[in-house]
Amino acid sequence: MTLEEVLKKYEVVIGLEVHAQLNTKSKAYSADPNEFGSVPNTNVSPVSLGHPGTLPKLNKEVINHAIKLGLACHCDITREMHFDRKNYFYADLPKGYQITQDKTPVCRHGYVLIKDADGNEKRIDLTRIHMEEDSGKSIHDQDPFDTLVDLNRAGVPLLEIVTEPVIKNATEAYNYLIEVRKLLRYLDVCDGNMEEGSMRCDANISIMPIGSKTYGNRVEVKNMNSIRNVYRAIEFEIVRHAEILENGGEIYQETRNFDAPSGSTIGMRGKENAHDYRYFPEPDLGGITIEQAYINQIESMLPPLPNFLYKKYINELGLSDYDATNIVENRDIALYFEEIIKHTSSYKNAANWLMGAIKSYLNEMSIEISEFPIGADKIAQLITLIESGKINNTIATQKVFPEMLANPTANPQDIATKNDWIVQGDSGEIEAIIKGVFEKNPDETKRFKDGEKKLAGFFMGLVMRESKGKADPKTTTQLLNKIIETL
Amino acid sequence: MKIDLTTVDKIASLAKLEFNGSEKEDIAMDMNKMLDFVDKLQEVDTEGVKPLIHMTEQVNVLREDVARIEITQKEALKNAPKKDSTYFKIPKVISQ
Repeated sequence: MTLEEVLKKYEVVIGLEVHAQLNTKSKAYSADPNEFGSVPNTNVSPVSLGHPGTLPKLNKEVINHAIKLGLACHCDITREMHFDRKNYFYADLPKGYQITQDKTPVCRHGYVLIKDADGNEKRIDLTRIHMEEDSGKSIHDQDPFDTLVDLNRAGVPLLEIVTEPVIKNATEAYNYLIEVRKLLRYLDVCDGNMEEGSMRCDANISIMPIGSKTYGNRVEVKNMNSIRNVYRAIEFEIVRHAEILENGGEIYQETRNFDAPSGSTIGMRGKENAHDYRYFPEPDLGGITIEQAYINQIESMLPPLPNFLYKKYINELGLSDYDATNIVENRDIALYFEEIIKHTSSYKNAANWLMGAIKSYLNEMSIEISEFPIGADKIAQLITLIESGKINNTIATQKVFPEMLANPTANPQDIATKNDWIVQGDSGEIEAIIKGVFEKNPDETKRFKDGEKKLAGFFMGLVMRESKGKADPKTTTQLLNKIIETL
Repeated sequence: MKIDLTTVDKIASLAKLEFNGSEKEDIAMDMNKMLDFVDKLQEVDTEGVKPLIHMTEQVNVLREDVARIEITQKEALKNAPKKDSTYFKIPKVISQ
């Protein structure tokens, strides 16, 4: 069956679980460093190795990050909470249990605003956000006889963000993950890198005949290391479910792994024993009480969030949907834009410069905006210089901007003055050039006067050459038309 | 609650352990003794009493986010039954 055929008969129900690794300096319950890419088994401690007699102690920053994200997602913050043990046996979980939150997640309810498949705003309701710890890493393919275990990641703090089953298709899932990743990055709680696994997503997928009230059996898909792969896995599963149901089969409720090269999912066999995690309250970590004053303090320090900036750019600055979307997509780009518009109110020009010349330069050099040499205030000065008519856009882009890149501390006005790129305030100089150009080209001048309008381009080119590009195209056009009348 | 051999099997499988018949019976007996002992508590009337989660009244016992390396890689690996100079080694498990 094709996806289109399936969607005519079936409704899709998706819930997502996102695990975000927090960018704290130390782990969740012990002081060993939280650092990606270190030599294996060096960022460990007796606590994260699960040695007997050791006691965990919660990292303050983990609660702080959890509340930040909760407030950004409009959640209710739980005021009294504790941790729970989730028991399961696996070699990369040295304690034999994960310290997580079962009964009292730090955040409940709340929502994330996304665009649905038609581009309309949609609320994705959250069930909960809770704090927990990551496991270590098993490496199966490096040694022919044994599995290798690296416990650097054991105990790294995670936030698990769980949605209600309200996502209707792969596009919504994709857009939701983009939004969540943006929030994590704006809040500076997680770097949101799915390839490196600092943000991971599991998808619970089921389908039911349109109009049905009972959900179909759901399947949990794991191991998708990019947002694009979550999209692919969902589309694959939808069709797989429909084909089974159409052939009179039944969906086996199971966990499946996504296989990126084939774009398909593979069932994990031998898991017929349903998980029994035997949750119980964690006795080694005391209770947590959150005061309203603490919540208020965190709230007052929240940075501007992408959705807020998007609406500000559209409604207050008059930017297009396209510009606003592109600017807020990347937190550091948005912060840079915020800096530019502190110094100029030419918002559209600021957006054009940022998404045009500056973005091209970043792409060309393969660098991030944080490494961009020119200060936002200098870019604002350049824009002001163009706005005032002192230089034209071509000179600004082709001459002043490269000069600023070569000498980032220099003032654009000084650069333009020093190189004699400033357009003369009165039009006398341009008028003289135009008259000279007409004199030197009597044939073309006659034809232009007789109405051959396309020669305007020819004269414009000559004027630009004579003026070394300083002439403002708009003024020049006006003057060309004015002067030809008088000949 | 009474622990029978099926329950022992289930718990053993969750812990990835295997026992033979007589071991299982001994375990069932021990576990029943423990449960009977704890059952004594059921006699206390706890109507209206909030569950006690922690033995201490202390809340918000927190740590500043400061990273510190407490042990070396060599020390970390020291007690492992099987290892190389970098990793813990465990019997090959099929990729989960």
